[in-house]
This record gives sequence, structure tokens and C-alpha cells, in this order.
Amino acid sequence: MYWNQKYECLPREELKQLQLERLKITVERAFYNVPHYRSVMQAAGIEPDDIKSLDDIRKLPFTTKEDLRNNYPYGMFAVPLSEIVRIHSSSGTTGKPTVVGYTRNDINVWAELMARALVSGGATRKDVIHNAYGYGLFTGGLGVHYGAERLGASVIPISGGNTKRQVMIMRDYGSTILTCTPSYALYIAEVMEEMGVDPKKDIKLRYGIFGAEPWSENMRQEIENKLDITAIDIYGLSEVIGPGVAVECLYKNGLHIAEDHFIVEVIDPETGEPLPEGEKGELVFTSLTKEGLPIIRYRTRDIASITTEPCPCGRTHARMSRVSGRTDDMLIIRGVNVFPSQIENVLLEIGYTEPHYLLVVDRENNLDVLTVWVEVSSKLFADEVRKLEQLGRKIQEEIESALGISVRVKLVEPKTIERSEGKAKRVIDNRKF
Amino acid sequence: MKVNQISVFLENKSGRLAAVTRILAENNINIRALSIADTSDFGILRLIVDKPDTAFEVLKKEGFSVSLTEVIGVEMPDRPGGLAGVLDILEKNNFNIEYLYAFIGRGDNGALVIVRVERLEEAVRCLEENGVKVVTGDRLYQL
Ligand SMILES: [Zn+2]
Repeated sequence: MYWNQKYECLPREELKQLQLERLKITVERAFYNVPHYRSVMQAAGIEPDDIKSLDDIRKLPFTTKEDLRNNYPYGMFAVPLSEIVRIHSSSGTTGKPTVVGYTRNDINVWAELMARALVSGGATRKDVIHNAYGYGLFTGGLGVHYGAERLGASVIPISGGNTKRQVMIMRDYGSTILTCTPSYALYIAEVMEEMGVDPKKDIKLRYGIFGAEPWSENMRQEIENKLDITAIDIYGLSEVIGPGVAVECLYKNGLHIAEDHFIVEVIDPETGEPLPEGEKGELVFTSLTKEGLPIIRYRTRDIASITTEPCPCGRTHARMSRVSGRTDDMLIIRGVNVFPSQIENVLLEIGYTEPHYLLVVDRENNLDVLTVWVEVSSKLFADEVRKLEQLGRKIQEEIESALGISVRVKLVEPKTIERSEGKAKRVIDNRKF
Repeated sequence: MKVNQISVFLENKSGRLAAVTRILAENNINIRALSIADTSDFGILRLIVDKPDTAFEVLKKEGFSVSLTEVIGVEMPDRPGGLAGVLDILEKNNFNIEYLYAFIGRGDNGALVIVRVERLEEAVRCLEENGVKVVTGDRLYQL
């Protein structure tokens, strides 16, 4: 099922032609309307006319979150505020927030992309979409909301929090599609269990469309088993547009990127050089149709790979792998880059554990020490000390071989590690720099 | 023949054992035997209680990692060498003992020991063939 078959299945040659036309317009718009773009392009000796092929995009300077912060709040907008109909912003935990603005047309495009994403993830206009993404400055809630309305589904704008009430509403209102972060989906499953609500009998959910944080294939299986649904991965970030930049189809083998609205590149985060198709690197996006905040070569800090291999679903748009890490979630432990997601993958591939873990980093005698707390679930609990010690050792060895550094593993009781209702907190760094 | 033992995962920090025993007391569950196997990081609490199924449910509901393990209850003469005799039989017949611990009450004819052994059913047969009395779960929960 498609929402917009013509564009979702556009032959790649036509798609490239469309991208080039739109790229030229975007670069021009940015150059003439955003002082930041004009000055960085002039400094690099580039003019809009220099963009003659898609490969010429590499001549353009990157845009970073720092650039958005330096132009806080509206400096990167390409239209006057009178043209802006919506403002979102990302949390500013490490400095000023980044502010993004949408024209009426941008909101239209975004709703179109989200309608496509919902349909790609199994939704129809008959569905009741339980939207537990946060509403507000965060793009998740309203992004899904507008897409669901565009599709014509019935959307329940429940937002996050008050999980028992969520379960009650899900049961009583007959929600069929759940949209939230994957960690919150698991938390909902836990609360259902505590409340004695059986997802197979009491709940009508069929699909879940989950994003806004990295997750793993095993976490998908766990969500699918616990909630008795098909779980679909969705990707997006506010600087690019919000959720709907990319989404899986029901083949669940990579997320189709809306290439008629964005150009994606994968670069080496150290050198900035493009990487060959299939290699993991930092995702970089350029918007092709955005008016309010055109974004050129935005460095997402998300790590993934891209393939343009045909997909059995018929969509021609390139697929990105799951985001396997963040360059800025990256911890540097004894000089080695460590992503929490690497540890999550190891734990889940071992297959025994619930994905509840915590990384604690300490500095002892000037040496970084990483301790991984892992909850021992009933499923994994063995009655023999020897078996539990083996489990601990196995976890330790697998993490060590994945990271290349030594770690300690601490087995802890269930529910020791704090559950999050939004983005999961996976790291406690006690080092003083 | 088999006895259902409750095993609980405990971190080595204060108050955890007390928490388990308090939950059992609140649910009117009587502990018949208890042992703790611990390492520097964690411990396994093993319990024989009068209502194992209820104990399993309430502990699980309280968020503990719990498992039910099958063990056997062996009665032996309450005199020096009583235990050694039983262990000899198991060893001679190549049954590996994972662990054992004493039962608080007494059997009809002697002391009781809880044994976790490989190939449980074969072990029970072997003991009985050698004249050792194996006590059933139902009997044991009520002693
Ligand atoms: Zn597909």
C-alpha cells in the first residue's frame, strides 16, 4: 500500500532529475535569503550556479547543530516570520536549543510525508492511531498527528505520560496503531502486564510505528511479542523536518528515505568524505522543498548506512539501516569510541536479557572504568550460581569483543534501572573532566 | 516425588532478604527451609515454602526474578554418617549434586535434606532402590 505511489515509486533516473532541479532551487533560496549560507558559501568560493550535477552537492559546506545555535533563534530562516506558521524546537540540554520554522507549505509537505510513513507502516484511514509521542515543541506529537489527519485515520492525541490511563484508553477506545518511542512501547507492555491487561485479548493494536531513539532488532522482536503487533521503525529530526524523513515498509529491511524531498549522504564523521554505498557513517541530509528553514548538508550525528537496492515493496527510494549510534552520544572510554547502542546490541544478541541496562563510567586511579549494569529477568534467571556467573562472563566477553576495551558487568535485580517515559537514559558518567 | 523450590535472585545489598521474607509473611506463606548461595556480587535465595505456587506469584508480582526448581527431599537416619550414606549412594551411581541444604522440620523417621541433583527422576529411583526414603512435595510442604 502506498500513499503517493507516483512519487514513492518514481524510477530512480527521474528521481535524480527531480532532486537536481529542487537542489538548485534550494541552494539559490538559501544563498539569497540566509546570511549564514551566503557567507559560508562565499568563503568556500561557491555560487548557486556552480551546482550543475547532484555530485556538486559535495562542494557545499556542511551545516551543523552549532550553526543553528549560532543563529538562534531565527537566523537560519529563509522567509520573514509572517510566512512562518509553526515553530518547533529541540531541547537545549547542551547549550541553546535549535529553533525550526515551517511555512504553510512546509506543514503540508510534512503532513504528506507522515501520511506516507503511516501507510508504509500498515495504517489505513480505518485505524485508530494512539499517538503517545510528546505534543509540544518536540516534533514527534504534532508530526504524527498531522500525518494521521491527512491520512484520514482517527487520531487519539494522548501524548506521553500517565501510562495506566494510556492502557485504559487503548483498551476502551480500541486503538489499533501505537506511535511512541520504542522504550516507551516496552514500558507500556510492562504496565499492561502489571495491570493484568492481555495485549492479545484486551487490546486491538495491530501496528506500532516507533522512533525518536535508536533501537535494535531484538528490541523490535520483544515489542512485537509483548504487544502482539508489527513494529515499524521511523526516523526523522526536527532540523531536517521532523518524523517522516524515513520509514520502514512492511518488509522491515531498512527505512525508505523520502528522496523526492531530501538528499541523503553518508560521510566519514572524522574526514567528512563520502563513504561508498553500504558503509556505515554519519547521515547528512539536504532538504529539497523546505521554504522556512532550508537545510544544506546537515550533519545529523546519526550513524547508519544506505542502500539503493530495489525493495520488494516497489518503493524506489533508498533505504537507510537502523541508526546504530550517535556520534554525540558517543562516550570516549580509555580513548575508545563507545556507543550505548553497541552494548544494547550485544546484550540483545545474547538473547537472554530484557533490554534494561545502564552504563556507569568511573575514573579509578586515573583510569576509566566502564561498568555495565544488566537486569536479570525471570526468563534469564538460573537457579545456579555457576550459570549466573557464566552469564555475567558471557556478557562481559561479548561486550569486550564488540568494544575492544575491558568492562565490568554487574547483574542487578529487575526494576533497579530507572525506566524512562521518553528517551531512555542509558549512561551515568561519573568522571570529572 | 519432586519438591518445588522457589529460587530468588538477590543483589548483595542490605534489606533484600528481609524484603522477601516480609512479602511472604504478608501473604501468610510459611518458610519450611531456606538457603542462600552467594558470590561477592549477588546471591540466590532458595526456599521451600508451604504454598510454592502462591509464593512464586507474589514474588514475581513484586518484581523479583524468581524461578521454580525441582528438588528432592531425602529422609535419613538422624545419627553420625546418615548423610554420608546417602551421598555415597548418589556418588557411586554417578549423580552430580548441584547443592543440598537441611530442612527445618523432621521427617517421620529422621532428618530431612533438600537435594538438587541431575537426572532427578533417575536419582529418586536409585535412592529408593537402595532403601532411602524420598519424601513427596505435598508431605514436605506440610511438615
Ligand atoms: Zn520497501
